[in-house]
Amino acid sequence: MLCRTANELYWMARHIERAENTARLLDVTYRMALLPYETIEPGLAWAEPWAVPLITSGLATDFYESHQHLSAENVLRFMILDSANTSSIYCCLRAARESARAVRGAITSEMYEDLNSAWLDMRVYDYNRIQSSGVSEFLDWVKMRSHLFRGVTFGTMLRDEAYHFIRLGTHIERADNTARILDVKYHTLLPSAADVGGAVDYYQWSALLRSVSGFESYRKIYSDVITPRRVAELLILRADMPRSLLSCMNFIHETLRVLCDDSSREIERVAGELHAKLRYGRTDEIIKLGLHEYLLDFLDSISALGAEINTHFLVPG
Amino acid sequence: MSRLHYDEMRASDGSVRPHYQGFADWLHRTPAEKIAQKREEAERAFHRVGITFAVYGEDAGTERLIPFDIVPRIIHAAEWRLLEQGLKQRVNALNLFLNDIYHEQSILKAGVMPADRVLGNSQYRREMQGMQVPGGIYAHIAGVDVVRVAEGEYFVLEDNLRVPSGVSYMLENRKMMMRLFPELFARQAIRPVEHYPDMLLENLRGVAPAGEDQPEVALLTPGAHNSAYFEHAFLAQQMGVELVEGQDLFVQDDAVFMRTTRGPKRVHVLYRRVDDDFLDPLAFRSDSMLGVPGLFAAYRAGKVTLANAIGTGVADDKSIYPFVPEMIRFYLTEEPILNNVATYQLHKKDDLSYCLDHLSELVVKEVHGAGGYGMLIGPAASSAECDAFRARILAQPEKYIAQPTLALSTCPTFTASGLAPRHIDLRPYVLSGKAVNLAPGGLTRVALREGSLVVNSSQGGGTKDTWVMAG
Repeated sequence: MLCRTANELYWMARHIERAENTARLLDVTYRMALLPYETIEPGLAWAEPWAVPLITSGLATDFYESHQHLSAENVLRFMILDSANTSSIYCCLRAARESARAVRGAITSEMYEDLNSAWLDMRVYDYNRIQSSGVSEFLDWVKMRSHLFRGVTFGTMLRDEAYHFIRLGTHIERADNTARILDVKYHTLLPSAADVGGAVDYYQWSALLRSVSGFESYRKIYSDVITPRRVAELLILRADMPRSLLSCMNFIHETLRVLCDDSSREIERVAGELHAKLRYGRTDEIIKLGLHEYLLDFLDSISALGAEINTHFLVPG
Repeated sequence: MSRLHYDEMRASDGSVRPHYQGFADWLHRTPAEKIAQKREEAERAFHRVGITFAVYGEDAGTERLIPFDIVPRIIHAAEWRLLEQGLKQRVNALNLFLNDIYHEQSILKAGVMPADRVLGNSQYRREMQGMQVPGGIYAHIAGVDVVRVAEGEYFVLEDNLRVPSGVSYMLENRKMMMRLFPELFARQAIRPVEHYPDMLLENLRGVAPAGEDQPEVALLTPGAHNSAYFEHAFLAQQMGVELVEGQDLFVQDDAVFMRTTRGPKRVHVLYRRVDDDFLDPLAFRSDSMLGVPGLFAAYRAGKVTLANAIGTGVADDKSIYPFVPEMIRFYLTEEPILNNVATYQLHKKDDLSYCLDHLSELVVKEVHGAGGYGMLIGPAASSAECDAFRARILAQPEKYIAQPTLALSTCPTFTASGLAPRHIDLRPYVLSGKAVNLAPGGLTRVALREGSLVVNSSQGGGTKDTWVMAG
């Protein structure tokens, strides 16, 4: 496959996945912001939820360059509709569609049509329309478009190199995003240890689980109260949880084994190492190190792996 | 509208022609709302599928749909046989002509046409002289524009031998019609065109450099911003070949390679949709960012086949066009089956004065123009427009040719005020390789403005599905 084609496919997948995860991130923020904190626990100080998606996506600086105030509306506009923010849902859907257009020949026509119609729909959204039909409705729509695209890809595409590069892009992006969403909780600081396990804490963890479609799974697996330890286990170490870090790394490792040949053993090694760390990791160690620190470390590693993939397969020098 | 024009569907007495009866019956029994709904469905589907063309100039970077009309252009079997023979004959002669002018030049030596007209033409590529191309084929893909003026009477307007486009519309229009009106296809024997990409691939493989059993074919596009990009991507996908840009290719030891995720991969045949001038910055325009440095050297070394060959433009030039019937007689010793339009060459004194006297009856075209730009349609032009054009002609008469205005046939077409006749042309695609072949059909273009004779999409033209009936 052409390097240029592989690059477009990889980024097409990353962008559609990023659109979905931005929707998830906004969804958890929205849910957290709706919590009637004062009613549940009067006098509890809590961080401004709308700062969280900006911090976890590393976009706070960009945001404050064009906005003076932190508000739900400003953050939603910035993260959903801003054509200058390359991570906004608008830009992600546009970029995914542009990539698809550039490599139409490498994907099925159903896949292109799917991304094209998502983009055509996206273009008619503005803030008022999103508000009037409901923010959650809109975020659900973004998630559905992403699901649909994955389904069309899974259901129509030949299992060739193109497919593998798409899968690679999807899971690299998802691993990165799950780690960021999981870190949301770190940034919505609770004032004291006494509040841990309180009602607010419970609602925040459950919002977070819901945002990664993990709430029902959690109930099924643990049939018990939500604890940070279990959430970490579920979203980091469980192979059967499709958005967990281990699950993503399983896909990445497996895909790279297909794509790599003798000239690319180093990538396979880097991926293998990261995979092994998750595969044989223990919740105790994560908690001991600190969830936030663990996640930061993981984000560095996955970004390094992304850079390796880039220089070897996608944009060779 | 007057009945001066041949109508594809109805005879001059208003009766439906036999090969249109099936469609006319359907039209008659289908309620207007249902038809309106189908037309909307077609538009939505074309948008979703993304069959668009990029627009240059204002609104640059946007994409537009070429309007699609659901009334098909239908050609009956006997007439298609005639067209098919005529087209094969013509393209055969044009390929023989190209091979000849880059080698022996016997047609020039025999005095059939003036040598300076060919050798002095800006589209004639001296670099191609004496070079052998596989099978002696230059125009592997030709998109010949024909119009009908009467029963069994077709005229060729242009032989497009460079990088003719539009075949994706032929295929997508058919797909759309089958999706919208399956019952029409179930009841009538309409010859399929869907195998065109297979024919094209086989044709391209057949002209690979000698000794390549498993030739690798790739389609070279100028990139996603080209107006025909959709088609490039579509054809590459349908053929299952790589769609490459100049930056994806490099030349080493006179062989052409693609940069792939598994290292360099050899390419043997390039179906190139990039103009001659931009193919190789070392050989042609040095400012070209679209080409591949060294490609021409690889081509000359016989390590890669370019389709179409370099230098085909001389054969479809408007100043060469008047000689095509002579070419057919010279190379094939046959009489031309399809008509050429009488052409006044304005560098000739007599032709010039005739043209200036009859400007309001003639179509005047720039010799090297394309796409309906820079032309005058006398009968439709105001006297001010005629005067302006007269001045341009007088300034540089050799830049122009003039032709009588043909009475292009019409086909019923949906308009804002219902079904009405609109003028159409036809572009069948002729493939030359080991044999000469064409899919039964082509792209029918329709001038959507009442009375207009300009069918180009850049000038407000639309398209129709083209049905060739079996039998």
